[in-house]
Amino acid sequence: MGNKQTIFTAQQLDSYQDCTYFTRKEILRLFDRYRDLAPQLVPLDYTCQPDVKLPYELIGSMPELKDNPFRQRIAEVFSDDGEGNMTLDDFLDMFSVMSEMAPRDLKAYYAFKIYDFNNDDFLCKSDLEKTLNKLTRNELTEDEVRMVCEKVIDESDLDNDGRLSLEDFQTMIVRAPDFLSTFHIRI
Amino acid sequence: MLKEAVDERKKLIQGLRGKPWAMKKKLVTLRESQEFVDKYEGALGKGKGRKLYAYKVMMTKKWMKFKRDFENFKTACIPWEMKIKEIESHFGSSVASYFIFLRWMYGINMILFCLTFGLVMVPEALMGRPYGTIPRKTVPRAEAPSAMDFAVLWDFGGYAQYSVLFYGYYNNQRAIGWLKFRMPLSYFLVGVGTVAYSYMVVIRTMARNANESGVGDDNSFNFSWKMFTSWDYLIGNPETADNKFASITTIFKEAILEEQESRKDDNIHLTRFLRVLANFLVLCCLAGSGYLIYFVVRRSQKFALDGLENHTWWERNEVNMVMSLLGMFCPMLFDVISALENYHPRVALQWQLGRIFALFLGNLYTFIIALMDEINLKREEENIVKFNITTWEASHYNISASENSTSPPVTIQPADVPRGPCWETMVGQEFVRLIISDTMTTYITLLIGDFLRAVLVRFLNYCWCWDLEAGFPSYSEFDVSGNVLGLIFNQGMIWMGAFYAPCLPALNLLRLHVSMYLQCWAVMCCNVPQERVFKASGSNNFYMAMLLVILFLSTLPAIYTIVTIPPSFDCGPFSGKKRMFDVIQETLESDFPAWFSKVFSSASNPGLVLPFILLMVLAIYYLQSTSKSYKEANVDLKKKLQTQNEENKKKNKLAALKAQMDLEEARKAASPSAEHQKNNNASPDQEADEEEDRGRSQRMYHSKNGRSPPPHRHYGQLPATRAPVPRNYPHGNQGSAGYLPSFPRENEARMHRVPSLQRH
Repeated sequence: MGNKQTIFTAQQLDSYQDCTYFTRKEILRLFDRYRDLAPQLVPLDYTCQPDVKLPYELIGSMPELKDNPFRQRIAEVFSDDGEGNMTLDDFLDMFSVMSEMAPRDLKAYYAFKIYDFNNDDFLCKSDLEKTLNKLTRNELTEDEVRMVCEKVIDESDLDNDGRLSLEDFQTMIVRAPDFLSTFHIRI
Repeated sequence: MLKEAVDERKKLIQGLRGKPWAMKKKLVTLRESQEFVDKYEGALGKGKGRKLYAYKVMMTKKWMKFKRDFENFKTACIPWEMKIKEIESHFGSSVASYFIFLRWMYGINMILFCLTFGLVMVPEALMGRPYGTIPRKTVPRAEAPSAMDFAVLWDFGGYAQYSVLFYGYYNNQRAIGWLKFRMPLSYFLVGVGTVAYSYMVVIRTMARNANESGVGDDNSFNFSWKMFTSWDYLIGNPETADNKFASITTIFKEAILEEQESRKDDNIHLTRFLRVLANFLVLCCLAGSGYLIYFVVRRSQKFALDGLENHTWWERNEVNMVMSLLGMFCPMLFDVISALENYHPRVALQWQLGRIFALFLGNLYTFIIALMDEINLKREEENIVKFNITTWEASHYNISASENSTSPPVTIQPADVPRGPCWETMVGQEFVRLIISDTMTTYITLLIGDFLRAVLVRFLNYCWCWDLEAGFPSYSEFDVSGNVLGLIFNQGMIWMGAFYAPCLPALNLLRLHVSMYLQCWAVMCCNVPQERVFKASGSNNFYMAMLLVILFLSTLPAIYTIVTIPPSFDCGPFSGKKRMFDVIQETLESDFPAWFSKVFSSASNPGLVLPFILLMVLAIYYLQSTSKSYKEANVDLKKKLQTQNEENKKKNKLAALKAQMDLEEARKAASPSAEHQKNNNASPDQEADEEEDRGRSQRMYHSKNGRSPPPHRHYGQLPATRAPVPRNYPHGNQGSAGYLPSFPRENEARMHRVPSLQRH
């Protein structure tokens, strides 16, 4: 241990430890992962807080994300500009929320954001259809897709406005036994 | 006032990680709060207790730093993280859960090892009398020539038997060495302590899992859960991802089918008959295996009486081999039989697990019963030996007395003293042999069943008529449940035998270490990801529950032998006592001050103990009944919630219908003004038509009631155009006091959104 690294100031590291679920070593390791995506773009010295953004294509090519059908949405949700281009802060935030230590409520909030394709703060029918098609790679027929989406709205829509709000989603997802173990990326 | 503000800021800093804000916002908030706290914390310390307050603040800061460093250190110590991650990304979370379980077991065994090694083996080795000084520590003269043979050592006889590895080596001297280390007491307490620690850890893990897993089998969100929790975000490998997509599609298709058709029970009598037949077959298998083990153990006793050298290797190791082979083949048999039953795969998996559990349990207990027979035999032998020793000693003294009294008394070599059969060491040896043969069987099955099969499939495929990789036999899948059960039973055997063979935790530690590397390699090299991924959901607690049952069942025989059977007279730390737990009595009398033992002896007065037991029973009964009533209240509340929701839905539907009718009328009445209103309230419509209609009618309804912005716009001043606004918390910019809408806060959220609907 000890302050042998020169990438961050001690205060920066402490702040990151306060704002994420990572330890000092993990933050440094994550920085290395971030830098490995584009060594020529990312400087080795973050003490002056440079404004570096990695484009979505690099983030989406990470081995942890490249097979995930929702990778674009994940990057968009956690990026500052909403397009998937991530700074180091966004990068750390993303993996902190997806890590094992994040609590259920936090994950549910971000899961809602990820599945909300049109960013209208509701999971409407088209969002559900898009989710289902991404999950099954368009293998289900239109009728089946429609049926499933109707069932989902039927089950979870408690205020009966035809779409899932954040509260509906959270009420539903906190009871799910598998949610914490599947909504988890280990890095 | 100021103090509260400072405290609030501190709490905010603590909880900053869990806030759903952008990192930038979090960092800014953190910096501001820290500056605030620093500025005003100094101000608070004015007056009398200033120095003390400053000191307290400094100590708190140092403590936080220490805790953080300790957490960092702890996470750095967790082994095999990268290995598990690789497996997770290739095989998904269910296979990885086995390895995580293995790692957790390794942690437990490490603690058990430290206890037995540090407090039992090392003191005896360092401070006890060395090898060869007393009879129990020496190889008997008859066995001496073969004591170093590999075959004998592999069987844990010879020098291995007369060492700190087994119970029989330990001396019953009350205090040894310059530390006056109480060896027998330590032995007993470590034995009890390992069991107590294991109970504590298992129950604590179960409680933690129970908190997290939430409600169990709720079928009310079937499709929603399938949609939102079926993708495993840990997958990082294209082949696994393909499998996962296929499996998800199949799951959805099945669920849709179930929804659409009613169940076709096309021949319920045949199904029932087949299921009864299958269970009958399974029972026959279990009975057969139990009898086989019993038979083999009796045969091995006969062999032992004949003298082990006259028999082949197979005959000598028959018991262990038979048990391991049964454990290998019977589950496959159960799998075949379960094809008759035609259950849903998840139910079939649970039946399979239950049957394998019963098989292992039956085998283990038959083994123990046979062991008890042997113990009784040894005890009878002991009485004979005791009698023989008295005559032998008498003859010896006669001889020495008959010689001249000027010659010094003949010292008897320890190796020559006739020895009693040490039943405790025998028990320890049996368990160690069992563990070793179990381990060997597992590894060999792994190498042959997985590795050899994979090699054959890969290389014979070039010159074989049908596609070996796609059809039979193809590559094997990793059997999670079978492996977990094997691990659990292995641990059960350790708990059973650890009292009689202190080397068992060390052996198990080595075994787990090797298993981890070997199985990680085998999984990555020879297995393919599972096609149908079924998690016996909530399976974490299921395995923990099994572990608890095994822990309880394994400690029973050990406790029974400790409490009822008198220890051997010439080996082990309790030799010479009437019962093993007499060591506690002895310690109380001699090591503690006099009043202590008086207190204890008066406390063990039946007049005190019986009322105490009665009180505990009453307390348990009371707690049980209150917990039952809480559960019932819980169920009632849930039902109420559900009916309330349904009523709300009905009301909303009626209101929506009514609104639509009103809308129709209004439209008919004044068409130009309706059009004008439509233009006002239109938002960008990316949604389907019906959706828009329904939404529009609601918005119209709202606007009628005087609430102008549509619910869409109510949240956080979102612009009407579709600009990317990724992370805008619904309740807008409430500054640093925003909270996640977890359960308790739901009411607040609801009040905001649907007051109009509730008004009618």
